Amino acid sequence: MSHAVANTDNWEAVKAACLEFLPEHIIRYIEQNAKTTHSESQLIAILHMVQSHFGYLGKDQMHSVAQLAQIPFAKVTGVATFYHYFRLQPRGKHIINVCLGTACYVKGADKLAARLMDQLGIQFGETTKDKLFSLESTRCLGTCGLAPVIMVDDQIYGPVSPAEASLILEKYLKKNKGHKTAEASKG
Amino acid sequence: MSNPVTEFYKALTEKVEQSLAARGEADKIVIQVGSATCENAAGAVDVMDEFLKHIQSSGREDIVIHRTGCTGRCSKEPIVGVAVPGKMPVKYERVNRDVVHRIFTNHVQKGLPQAEQILDGSIDPDQQIEFLFCEGKRCGVGAKLNFREVFQRKLQEAGVAADKVRITSASCFGACQGRSGAHAHVLVRPFRALYRVTSESDLEELIQKQVLKGEEVPALKVTDKPIYQEFFDLYGDVSFFNRQSRVAMRNSGILDPDSLDEYIKFDGFKALATSLSKHDPDWVINEVLKARLRGRGGGGFLTGKKWQMASQQAEKTRYIICNGDEGDPGAFMDRGMLESDPFSILEGMMIGAFAIGACKGFYYIRAEYPLAIKRVQNAIEKCREVGILGDNVMGSGWSFDLEIRLGAGAFVCGEETALIRSIEGKRGQPKVRPPYPVVRGLWGKPTSINNVETFANIAPIINYGGDWFASIGTEASGGTKVFALAGKVKHTGLVEVPLGTSLRKVVFDIGGGVQDDLPLKAVQTGGPAGGFLPAKWIDMEVDFDPLAKAGSIMGSGGMIVLSEEDCMVDISKFYLTFTQEESCGKCTPCREGTTRMLEILEKITSGKGEMNDLDRLERLAKLCQQTSLCGLGRAAPNPILSSLKHFREEYVEHIVDKSCKAKKCVALIKYEIDAETCIGCTVCARNCPVECITGTRKEAHVIDQNRCVKCGQCFEVCRFDAIERV
Repeated sequence: MSHAVANTDNWEAVKAACLEFLPEHIIRYIEQNAKTTHSESQLIAILHMVQSHFGYLGKDQMHSVAQLAQIPFAKVTGVATFYHYFRLQPRGKHIINVCLGTACYVKGADKLAARLMDQLGIQFGETTKDKLFSLESTRCLGTCGLAPVIMVDDQIYGPVSPAEASLILEKYLKKNKGHKTAEASKG
Repeated sequence: MSNPVTEFYKALTEKVEQSLAARGEADKIVIQVGSATCENAAGAVDVMDEFLKHIQSSGREDIVIHRTGCTGRCSKEPIVGVAVPGKMPVKYERVNRDVVHRIFTNHVQKGLPQAEQILDGSIDPDQQIEFLFCEGKRCGVGAKLNFREVFQRKLQEAGVAADKVRITSASCFGACQGRSGAHAHVLVRPFRALYRVTSESDLEELIQKQVLKGEEVPALKVTDKPIYQEFFDLYGDVSFFNRQSRVAMRNSGILDPDSLDEYIKFDGFKALATSLSKHDPDWVINEVLKARLRGRGGGGFLTGKKWQMASQQAEKTRYIICNGDEGDPGAFMDRGMLESDPFSILEGMMIGAFAIGACKGFYYIRAEYPLAIKRVQNAIEKCREVGILGDNVMGSGWSFDLEIRLGAGAFVCGEETALIRSIEGKRGQPKVRPPYPVVRGLWGKPTSINNVETFANIAPIINYGGDWFASIGTEASGGTKVFALAGKVKHTGLVEVPLGTSLRKVVFDIGGGVQDDLPLKAVQTGGPAGGFLPAKWIDMEVDFDPLAKAGSIMGSGGMIVLSEEDCMVDISKFYLTFTQEESCGKCTPCREGTTRMLEILEKITSGKGEMNDLDRLERLAKLCQQTSLCGLGRAAPNPILSSLKHFREEYVEHIVDKSCKAKKCVALIKYEIDAETCIGCTVCARNCPVECITGTRKEAHVIDQNRCVKCGQCFEVCRFDAIERV
């Protein structure tokens, strides 16, 4: 697709081109937002919407956002790469977040992380071959009282021992029995 | 002449009173279930669901469920309260579906509290009445008698069985309004009666009427409603709670965080109405100045001063921002307050906006806190609906609106200039100050950025007066501070105490001491930007200036307790890993300095350190501290400098002896099997991920040290303690 910044003459054409990559509600949001003052300040909010829809920020999506919001593509990627929350690669069906905040660390989160890496055969930031799990670390989920904690998708578990972590993994494996499995778990 | 704001508020409270009265909860059994991220993670959603099912199938209409926020007693969640009219309210800990069934069938239906599940085992279900004596510093000043002791003696003389009445001490109820005197304040539960006694005969009257007949003694009652009373009425029996003073968290765990009506019932928006009705922003600023409220986000700058500066700018378009980017690992008080009492933050923010003359406000909240975002959004919408927010606020002619902006996981955005850039939709990199945001902030306009907890304190300051607030804390800083107590401590959770309280009181009296009763090694305050306070300083006062003098900071209020099982070099490395990753990369001292310091620490913990590494580390740390652009870089070396100061011998041990006493640094430990103790059960060999343990059944096993990856798996699975970590 063309990387030129849209001008008002071909707005409809740009919109139509972007529809291929972005859902309608996001396009509508950007369009409405454009009428407000300081509309460029909504970039992070737009990227949040894109990520919650697709699970990550793809290059085509970011191009479309840049064109619609009339923000240079370099600025869009600049923001997308600056903030840890944004992902540039597709992720697995379930996201396992190991909290590496202080309280969790003091209570043995490193061992928990080691066990999960071992069982899934991936490092932080990676996804299993069957695209079932992505392993990530986070800096404090704010549930320090339950340390150490892990968060699978939106569900927080704590306190979790390495052995319990294996059980939690199994629970999700069972749930996804139909899912095409490659080597997800050694055990 | 009638004031439109006062009229508006009066009409609002009347409407709320009616709608709450329509619920008719006064003589019903109330089951209270907590609901916040941590409560829900611990299973509060299931608990709520199970209670609803039980109530439905029982067919009773005199039982209601009341959802509240979170009180901050994290390690015992989910917490459930059962209040039967006329009986002592009972709190249960770690409730699950089974426990719900037991509570419902025995306590709710038959009136038999379940003793074994009561929170902290605090009350004996046989006790029908509890007397809480204030042990605040202003009660009993100059009194000729010890009220508590005399009361106890008189109870015996009156022939009251000792197990019927429970007598406890608690921290200040706030009934003294900051004035000391030869009185004692006594709260009587479950009668929700607060008395001021001044003589022996007053105590006798309490025994004759309140204890023996269950009648109140109106002549002795404190008539005004002190801020803490509701909290003590509900939670006074639990020592974790009754040693605290709840100002910022006054409503947490008491009201439904989604209900504007309930917030208004507890004097919600009264402070805003007072402020607006006066039409005088300077009056507000003056009260906040008198309160000596210092910014709770870490810097400790006087809030009143900040507002004053913003209000004096020539530019009239001004903004106010609530900093809810709580990025410190180990801190969760902002989440607690946003989730449990969102309206109070909103009210504080509006009062601030009025004071500085802002037209618009922004909440900046971490994307990692979805529930907090949802509740704040709800609070904004509810306030817009009734005319508290938007055009012509409360009929005052002043217009103000609020918007939520989400963070996206960058720790540095807690720094105010970085936060502003993030709201502007840019990369969150800090700028050189001055100019400060109060002069040139968001979109170049004067902007006041205040922390969540700072805003939570504003309404009480307006309602009870700046002088009252100042009387709670120390000479230099008024009020209380919320700490997120975590790490190796028995009771983890949110603790709010007056500034100037000793570390000992927080860690031992409220926190219950170190886990497994191990010796305390240090307390770390202020997150990655803070330092370590060694155990010998346990009696130091917790306040902004003493902490800074001790080489740490107040920060946002994270407090991590470390025991002898923790390695200071390892923890310092942990913090530095964090700051190194979070360094935005704009200035060289921070970007390169943190990387190099981390390299040196890694060298030391992997057993390759040399003695001159310590000098290098120290020099680099000081350089980074003095020359970095923003607070992140300037504070990043704090954990290193303070651990080098207080625990230098541990660094030396790692370098010279190549050993880690706490057994945390993997490269410096090894696992061995004690041939005497090993019975040859083969569990370790089967669990070893690298299959380096050999041995036949019923014979001692051996670990091949060359292949061992020191994962510690064998150590954990051995049931005979045959594996040693040396």
